[in-house]
Amino acid sequence: MEGLLPNLEVIRKDFPILERRLSGDLPLVYLDSANTSQKPQCVIDAMVDHLERHNANVARAMHQLGAESSAAFEEARDKVAAFLNAPSRDEVIFTKNASEGLNLVANTMAWAGPLEVSAGDRVVITEMEHHSNIVPWQLLTERKGAELRWFGLTDDGQLDLSNIEELITPQTKVVSLTWVSNMLGTVNPIAEIARRAHEVGAVVVVDASQAAPQLPVDVQAVDADFLAFTGHKVTGPTGIGVLWGKGELLGQLPPFLGGGEMIATVTMEKSTYAAIPHRFEAGTPPIVEAVGLGAAVDYLTEIGLDNIHRHEQAVTGYLLDGLATVGGVTVMGPLDPTMRGGAVSFEVDGVHPHDVAQTLDARGIAVRAGHHCAKPAHKRFGVQSSTRASSYLYTTLAEIDALIEGINYTKNYFKVK
Amino acid sequence: MDLDSLYQEIILDHYRSPHHAGLREPFGAEVHHVNPTCGDEVTLRVHLEGAPGSEIVTDVSYDAEGCSISQAAASVMADLVIGQPVVKALRTHEAFVELMHGRGKVEPDEEVLEDGIAFAGVAKFPARIKCALLSWMAFKDATAQVVSKEDS
Repeated sequence: MEGLLPNLEVIRKDFPILERRLSGDLPLVYLDSANTSQKPQCVIDAMVDHLERHNANVARAMHQLGAESSAAFEEARDKVAAFLNAPSRDEVIFTKNASEGLNLVANTMAWAGPLEVSAGDRVVITEMEHHSNIVPWQLLTERKGAELRWFGLTDDGQLDLSNIEELITPQTKVVSLTWVSNMLGTVNPIAEIARRAHEVGAVVVVDASQAAPQLPVDVQAVDADFLAFTGHKVTGPTGIGVLWGKGELLGQLPPFLGGGEMIATVTMEKSTYAAIPHRFEAGTPPIVEAVGLGAAVDYLTEIGLDNIHRHEQAVTGYLLDGLATVGGVTVMGPLDPTMRGGAVSFEVDGVHPHDVAQTLDARGIAVRAGHHCAKPAHKRFGVQSSTRASSYLYTTLAEIDALIEGINYTKNYFKVK
Repeated sequence: MDLDSLYQEIILDHYRSPHHAGLREPFGAEVHHVNPTCGDEVTLRVHLEGAPGSEIVTDVSYDAEGCSISQAAASVMADLVIGQPVVKALRTHEAFVELMHGRGKVEPDEEVLEDGIAFAGVAKFPARIKCALLSWMAFKDATAQVVSKEDS
């Protein structure tokens, strides 16, 4: 099939977990990559090598290992900056995950400063956000007496941009939205929305948690102001995420967490703060996780994000075609694979998503069931939860066949037509 | 993974035709419980009658949205507690909770749990234990609320 990665079998060999046999000696069919991706051997090796040979704290150890560890940590920052096409490496802040990155922005905007959100100001989000890009803005607007508004969704799972002029007004201080929906798969027109937001002087925050794994992310091309993603969805480890921000804007935000590493000098009365990125990295950072993330983005870059994107679209198209052959299955989100990412949420008429996932799991097929931390988007489509299959660069068409067969089996098991 | 040990025929029967479903009057307390990890929800009402200390559960009515396990558990729970003294219903609750947390090693007492013994297999599926307990926890909560209203 056109678009599939040509060396898929070689790529699969990079991921040791794909060899796993599950209960009943069944091969693993991993279709939960939007939840977390699997890790290639090079990421595992980079982390083990760091722990075995170079482990030391960073930026505060005056010895050879400290220098090696600091160099490895800062090299990871260079790799991430290149991955995002960031104008400066200093704009890359390491966080715990994407949630922390989004919370960093939403929290520091509550405090006095040029970017402060005040009473009467407006923050605009969308109805398809992950909870991590809803709750921080609810907290901010509640605390400050500001107004929270959102883009609604069309029936085919796109952002309804018909009222963009009414939503994004001169009182709008922030527009925060996901690039790719973790539930609907929708790819949003970030550059177009950023253009409107910048016309009124609003800051654009992009949740790239689902975009970074599968699209070329160029922060300059889409003209984002802040962008967050998490390491574990881009074949890296858990415990590390990235907040990128335009240098001039990061410089206008007050410090977030206080502590070691983020200061210039401290007296008992007062402190002054380090320049970015360290200003936002209080305490010992996730060092080995950063090393792993650096190896991960190198790995993806070597395969090529354009190639990964094409592979995802080919597999997703095949999945959508397969689901269309199963009676009683309703897909939520765009049905055109060129307009979406690789996460496909669906309903099976008469079988609850938990029961679908449980039955598939008994056949070695891992999917996610529930609200996927996107309760408002589920509510919009009149459902409480859904089953989600999400592919990645290592997914084969045979795995999609196994899923479709598994859904048919599930329907038989629960005796639905 | 033995799917049939989880999805006993009794569970699927209760799922397809749940007993005592729907919200009814009168009731002493209504609670709404959710399983935040999956979104399953139950609104549950409890009606007690009788002198404080010797109340009888005269009705349990509910509106549940969720998987087969959580729906069937609500149905079996209502069967087990309606018409029973509160003290006995809460003992049944304890026996069910013990079964769920027993990692498949607790032998269920059919005298106490009746159709509830079909849930023994659920204890071996950690992700599903909360599904089975959702309505039981709601029942305990609602009952405690009625009793504390009586006390005050």
